[in-house]
Amino acid sequence: MANVGIVIVSHSSKVAEGAADMVRQMVGTTVPVAHTGGNPDGGLGTAVDGILTAIDRAWSDAGVAILVDLGGAETNSEMAIEMLPAARQARVVVCNAPVVEGAVMAATESSGGATLDAVKRAAEELMAN
Amino acid sequence: MMDQVVQRKLIQAVAETMIAHAGELTSLDQAIGDGDHGLNMKRGFEGVLADIDSLASQSLPDALKAIGTQLVMKVGGASGPLYGTLLMTLGKGMPADPTLDDIGRCFGAAVDAVKARGKSDIGQKTMLDVLAPAHAELAKGGANLAARISTAAFCAAEATKPMKALRGRASFLGERSIGHMDPGAQSSALMITTVCRVLGG
Repeated sequence: MANVGIVIVSHSSKVAEGAADMVRQMVGTTVPVAHTGGNPDGGLGTAVDGILTAIDRAWSDAGVAILVDLGGAETNSEMAIEMLPAARQARVVVCNAPVVEGAVMAATESSGGATLDAVKRAAEELMAN
Repeated sequence: MMDQVVQRKLIQAVAETMIAHAGELTSLDQAIGDGDHGLNMKRGFEGVLADIDSLASQSLPDALKAIGTQLVMKVGGASGPLYGTLLMTLGKGMPADPTLDDIGRCFGAAVDAVKARGKSDIGQKTMLDVLAPAHAELAKGGANLAARISTAAFCAAEATKPMKALRGRASFLGERSIGHMDPGAQSSALMITTVCRVLGG
């Protein structure tokens, strides 16, 4: 079974790119990682089409865990999930975790072949501490 | 079917209103948000205007769903999914030739969908503070309805000024959000008053 994919959504394309870079350097390339950030005009923001593309790029049959920063990133990610084909919707989750640390924790868990639920829990443990 | 001429007029009027008020919405958003609401709505409704021939020729429910999808894809921020959800849900249960009751029922479902999407409710200084009172007025029915809904929406947007923001970027400001009209409430009021003007006038 493939490893769970990780999608990083930030209002800043640089934060999203940097967080994805950290994941690749710390966890390696066995986990599919994609990132998206910024609005279509090059400013801060998040956009549903960018998130849909990132989900597609990080797609894994084991599912995809999305890490988000501020409010709009979460709203847009939830909207993007609803716009996916029905068969994919149940295999994508938004994690309630800090974007950078959560992405690294989620990817670490995923690299060991964990399920989507376990990957989400690993990211969200950061909030419980 | 809704008259295609009326449908075209309606879509065009709403889009032109949002584009014309981009500056006003942006200055409201600069006070308590991140200052992009006007520009984001303008970008979304420019997309709608570019598609108007196709939108005007579709059935009303299909046109509403298509406009919702355009807004989701083009507006960005939190407003894109919120307005997209509003219009897509409005289209979902709408018959091609709706009665006033149909419109009230679908608008109620759309307001609930916006609450769920934004994990928000009335009284938190958001677009819901305009949508909900406008829906309540619509549900009452009776004489002079379009003008009454317009007035309710306009007053409801004004009434967000003394509120303290509890959702969205403005909530980071806490007490300092008090005294400013909510930009999403204002864009909702502009949309509703425009619909009332076209359909009721």
